[in-house]
Amino acid sequence: MALRRPAEAPFLAPAVRPGRRTVADRESILGPLLLAPALLYVILLVGVPFFMAILLSFSSAVAGGLEFSWVGFRNFQVLLSDGQFHRALQNTLRFMLVSQLLVMVLATAAAHVLDAAFVGKRLVRSLLLLPWAAPVALSSMAWVWIFDSTFSVINWTAKKLGLLQGWWYWFGDPGLATVAILTVHVWRTFPFATVVILAGMSAIPQEIKEAALMDGAGFWRRLFHVNLPMLLPVVAVAVLFGLVFTATDFSVVWLLTRGGPYNSTHVLSTLAFQRGVLGASLGQGAAVAIFLLPILLVVAVLLLRVARRAEVGA
Amino acid sequence: MRDRRLGRLLRRTLLYAAALAFTLFAVFPFYWMLITAFKQNRDLYVGATNLQHIPWIFNEPPTLHHVRLLFLNTPYFLWLRNTAFVGALVVLITLLVAVPAGYSLARLAGRWGERLGIGIFLTYLVPPTLLFLPFARLVSWLGLQNSLWALVVVYPTFTVPFCTWLMMGFFRSVPRELEEQGLVDGYSRLAVIGKVVLPLAVPGMLTVVIFAFTLVLQEFIYALTFISQVDRMTISLGVPVALVRGDVFYWGSLIAACFLTSVPIAVVYSAFIDRFIAGLTAGAVKG
Amino acid sequence: MGYVEIRDLHKHFGDVRAVNGVNLSVEEGELLVLLGPSGCGKTTLMRMIAGLEVPTSGEIYIGGQRVDENVPPRARGIAMVFQSYALYPHKTAFENIAFPLEAMRLARESIRERVVRSAQMFGIERLLGRRPRQLSGGERQRVALARAVVRDPKLFLLDEPLSNLDAKLRAVARFELKQLQRQLGTTTIYVTHDQVEAMGLGDRIAVMDAGRIRQIGKPQEVYDDPADTFVATFLGSPPMNLIEQDPHTIVGFRPEAFLPRSVFDPAEDVVTYSLRVREVEYLGSDRLVYGFLEEEQRTDQPVIAAVPATITVPIAEGEVYEFAVPRRALRFFDRNTGRRLERAGIVRVFPT
Repeated sequence: MALRRPAEAPFLAPAVRPGRRTVADRESILGPLLLAPALLYVILLVGVPFFMAILLSFSSAVAGGLEFSWVGFRNFQVLLSDGQFHRALQNTLRFMLVSQLLVMVLATAAAHVLDAAFVGKRLVRSLLLLPWAAPVALSSMAWVWIFDSTFSVINWTAKKLGLLQGWWYWFGDPGLATVAILTVHVWRTFPFATVVILAGMSAIPQEIKEAALMDGAGFWRRLFHVNLPMLLPVVAVAVLFGLVFTATDFSVVWLLTRGGPYNSTHVLSTLAFQRGVLGASLGQGAAVAIFLLPILLVVAVLLLRVARRAEVGA
Repeated sequence: MRDRRLGRLLRRTLLYAAALAFTLFAVFPFYWMLITAFKQNRDLYVGATNLQHIPWIFNEPPTLHHVRLLFLNTPYFLWLRNTAFVGALVVLITLLVAVPAGYSLARLAGRWGERLGIGIFLTYLVPPTLLFLPFARLVSWLGLQNSLWALVVVYPTFTVPFCTWLMMGFFRSVPRELEEQGLVDGYSRLAVIGKVVLPLAVPGMLTVVIFAFTLVLQEFIYALTFISQVDRMTISLGVPVALVRGDVFYWGSLIAACFLTSVPIAVVYSAFIDRFIAGLTAGAVKG
Repeated sequence: MGYVEIRDLHKHFGDVRAVNGVNLSVEEGELLVLLGPSGCGKTTLMRMIAGLEVPTSGEIYIGGQRVDENVPPRARGIAMVFQSYALYPHKTAFENIAFPLEAMRLARESIRERVVRSAQMFGIERLLGRRPRQLSGGERQRVALARAVVRDPKLFLLDEPLSNLDAKLRAVARFELKQLQRQLGTTTIYVTHDQVEAMGLGDRIAVMDAGRIRQIGKPQEVYDDPADTFVATFLGSPPMNLIEQDPHTIVGFRPEAFLPRSVFDPAEDVVTYSLRVREVEYLGSDRLVYGFLEEEQRTDQPVIAAVPATITVPIAEGEVYEFAVPRRALRFFDRNTGRRLERAGIVRVFPT
């Protein structure tokens, strides 16, 4: 390039202008200012109700009225000897752990299958997202229809293939109802997990995969010693979201079984709703829902730890 | 030599078969929804014990009866309008609140930023199934029973935390030097945010809009708790709860509603999924 | 007082003292280079002058005015070019260059005029409609420079603006940058870790290490008269040879002054050494001879001689040769502090 001296360069020369600082410059003010609305919203509309909920659990408050009388730990004592509550707690944990265990296996397998250079990978990926994208309530209703005792297409297919002797009354039998709920949970969460794991797989540096191949590692060895360890943080993120979803899920259980049959498939959320809103006993309902907190706390801690480890290891 | 080729062919076939199985598992309910929505009643309501009749195909020609019923005889469009109303307002509130908060945490808060960011994200984990009880109290105290405004006020409690965290990740990916160049070029911090950072964060904001809107669409329990009047319902509430006469579901129209609402959403999602996951895992991994 | 005055400047990040007591005076119109290895504090120093960092203590004056946190970067009359060029990706080259002018709320026509003129200075007028991602590295650098120049600021701050260029482009870009600065006459502070760049560009060089300035001077001064062993070894490639003469003194001489004895006139005042040659690198313009002095017992750090190709004396690996250094080329340093000693008047280096 040749530097050409301009014929005439009007001298703008902004010199130093002292004392020009305004609020728009002051980061120490801007920071809190920009954060304030969110913080306020969260404190007022999450923090305060949160504590209210805890307070409610210590009361005998009733919906529709505004009284609030302190009853101490009575609600909790009642719950601890309540069979339905124990069942609900067990169900919550069971649905969480069983469904996400299945999801882990399924999603990892699916991700590996999809990763193996594949015709139509994009199409399959988009299709896989359908269960997650569809609103929970609507896809749950679709499954109610799929499991309907009279018209169930699953029953028909199983019977036609000779796999079924009797008949499956999905929502009339506690065991089958549990299977139905688990199916829907897995169906909803495994696609998202698959896509996340797929993304994580493409983030594994090519050199590592090639090094393993050159080292002569077979498929299974590569899977367990190279791929899975590197994928762990990604898998963990995916599964943790699934855990949160299944732990707090209300729609699937409510729409499928209403907690039945015979209150056998209640989870903490649905029981809280039944007691607190339908039964109008807010105190009881809150006490039930509170038991979700330790579960979620554990999940949150795990999430953070995985995130930190991924950050450090990356 | 033939063995190896055979082996590879076998593996390929297994692979594609497995992929097919996974895809079918994910997709068949939608296919089933599609069929159900357009089947004539006498093709639809056939007991599953009848093994001669194949439910997976159209045995009679498809019909628009259920869809017509849905559009003309049910509050479906009213529900859509309600959902759109709530969705638009909630998205607006979320953007106005979460975008500045995300920037503040990403750039202006130093070491506090990390912790506060995590704290805000954690509030996303506080379950609606715990909060809906005090909210029920609050809503009746404010006289917002059966009002969409109850939803407009309450929904940001779960959209704002998550979207703040998302935006934090997006703002972090804007190179710091660009902002510093803006400062040197003659702009105040605020002006730099407006002229340099925001234009670059538009993809992030778009993701926030999509995500917030979907969260609104999916929400069920708050709607169920606050709204009992049919003409005030949202889609996720109205379809499962109000498309019923006594004990009998109008399956054809119900499923039609499920299908017609789910598919456009899924289409939009698959367009944004890459960016969304990048934002999600980047935020998780980089903190 | 110079155009930029820095008095006892400190910047601490927790325990780390990035800038540890710097005093500096930059003359108006000069091109001062801040030279040093990574982490020496040169970039932090520049950022404090720009207003992007707040000093822990000390004072900065620009154009006679004290600048502190009440004077934000935009009010300091400066222009800065980052190593990455920091071009706004969503703006065209034209809009990038116009950006500083828009902050001054000039009329649209006026802005257009100045942008075009600035672009013409760098020969990039036809690129004005393009986005940064459509430009090559060299073109982006010129857009960044055009943007810096367009406001006609009184102080340029350049943070390694050439290090992202291809090696071949770098020498030419260096020449043109120097021409530009001379033409405009703007006071410039230039940060780099490349000592060749520093020597080529700077009117003066400030050599920094660990947050302090070790020496300031014209290129010739810091090269020929280094103030300590750090400066002596940082400048010059290959670096100055340093030999422990006795428990208190280190003797240094540059590789280009270290030649086979036969090259010198027999009457010349030289000091001789026996060099056992380990390796000879043929670099085209020079031969680099790596070896160890028989007089020393050290076997870790080789001594290097840079023999120009014009000298065709055969030098073979494994052999021992007599090499020599002109006495006036010797430099003496204190073994403990590394500081330069005045001509110590030591006649013979190793007693025979």
